[in-house]
Amino acid sequence: MTLIEARNLGVRMGGAQVLQDVSLAIRPGEIVTILGPNGSGKSTLLRALLGIVPPATGQVIRAPGLRIGYVPQRLTIDRTMPITLRRFLSLPLRVGAAAAEGALARVGLEGRGMLQMAALSGGQMQRALLARALLARPQILLLDEPTQGLDQPGEAAFYRLIEEVRAETGAAVLMVSHDLHVVMAASDRVICLNGHVCCQGTPQVVSTAPEYRALFGLGTQGALALYRHTHDHAHDGADGAAADHRDDHGHGDGHPHGDGHSHDHGHSHHHGHPHDQGRPHHA
Amino acid sequence: MAIPTITGIPTTRGARIMLDDFLLRAALAGVGLSLATGPLGAFVVWRRMAYFGDATAHAAILGVALALATDLPVAAGTLVVAAAMAVTVAVLAARGWAMDTTLGVLAHSALAFGLVAISYFPGVRTDLSAYLFGDILAVGRGDLALIWGGAVLVLGLIVWRWQALVTATVNEDLAFASGIRPDRERLVLVLALAIVVAVALKVVGALLISALLIIPAAAARGLARSPEGMALAATAVGAAASLLGLRLALWQDTPAGPSIIVAAAGAFVLAAVFGRMRHG
Repeated sequence: MTLIEARNLGVRMGGAQVLQDVSLAIRPGEIVTILGPNGSGKSTLLRALLGIVPPATGQVIRAPGLRIGYVPQRLTIDRTMPITLRRFLSLPLRVGAAAAEGALARVGLEGRGMLQMAALSGGQMQRALLARALLARPQILLLDEPTQGLDQPGEAAFYRLIEEVRAETGAAVLMVSHDLHVVMAASDRVICLNGHVCCQGTPQVVSTAPEYRALFGLGTQGALALYRHTHDHAHDGADGAAADHRDDHGHGDGHPHGDGHSHDHGHSHHHGHPHDQGRPHHA
Repeated sequence: MAIPTITGIPTTRGARIMLDDFLLRAALAGVGLSLATGPLGAFVVWRRMAYFGDATAHAAILGVALALATDLPVAAGTLVVAAAMAVTVAVLAARGWAMDTTLGVLAHSALAFGLVAISYFPGVRTDLSAYLFGDILAVGRGDLALIWGGAVLVLGLIVWRWQALVTATVNEDLAFASGIRPDRERLVLVLALAIVVAVALKVVGALLISALLIIPAAAARGLARSPEGMALAATAVGAAASLLGLRLALWQDTPAGPSIIVAAAGAFVLAAVFGRMRHG
């Protein structure tokens, strides 16, 4: 059974071919990440799957009655609009108090319903969007760069949350990202996109594919190392692995952390994986 | 050309009853219009459609010329031209034109073309200020029915589409993913705006319609915690400004339409000061 599928999908925008011959299928319960550089058509692909952007060629097939939870890349509530988090959850379908509080609790925003949306921090906003998406009891969650603007602890926590949600609800997850390392740890399958599908498969397979390396350059070495490293931890059953990381990073060697990239990951934790100090930033 | 004032009212007893009557009609017209301009004005503010409102309202003058040329009722001519302008602007916006410039061109051109066209009807030249600034004290029973009919229609439209409109205003992609068509909701607002322009012309005139949309809503922003609260507060501010403005016009012998906007502006300043005090 397939929840949502693109068959030879092509999308043109303003005369430019943004997507070409993209085929992919998402099955229930799997976490799939679309990875690609800026301008590779990742967001356009999600918007085409949602039906916001019409396909120029090929087609998008959604399972009949498919319930989709969508988390857009960024939500800016105009400061002129007063709206509380609780009220936001009732857009467009009104939800009861218990359901709303339950969704807020699920994403760690319990008791915050009376906050104004415009006053939420970046991390709270992403959680709020996720809570709203969950209220639709989605069979599939579509997340467009959900951790953009979050710091690394926030990013790691958000991906953990996604995994928990998948485990609890069985919802499939299709997300777009350009953060290499955490994504690889959190995904069942990675689709590498650059206008077309360059390669796809499990994180290990994709990270060794020549197309992937060509797209992301040498920097993948470090990300791959980190990926394997966190992956091992998951299998060790060390629940706090990611949390330990956070601490290491937070109190490490004074590297800048705020830019959401993975360049300083190699430095401060204590496991002997290959370092690559000179590698470029991933964009 | 005289801006309509209430000077020279005879003071016989019969005329006094008439005075009460026309003031009552003016008050009812202002309050009725606020039912539509409150909620619609909130969307104009949230979606930053102020200039859009201007363009549609200015097109009303062209609509007056059309009505005069074709012997249509003024409201009908206004409605047709305002709707055409609103749809044109919406289509251009959807095609990604630079809205600031496009709206500036359209708004001022519509006004200028309308004024030039009206000048071909010599008898109307003296009434021009009534179209530009309104003539609320001359509102008749028929006008009142039109204003209330239009306002209730717009209010009903907005209440009916409320959830979809608010969702599409918050984020169009989010709305689309929930099965809402943002372009259709935009059309609802565009048509509502055209109706409001057609019925508000008599009350505040083409130049001040968008003021009646924006200022009460802006005043309501600091007083509300929810979209519904802001729409209600904007309605209340608009109605209060109409009544206060009429009082001001009566007391100071000033033109009624602009006096209503002055009262609304006063409410905005009060709300801003109050909001600042409350939030420290």
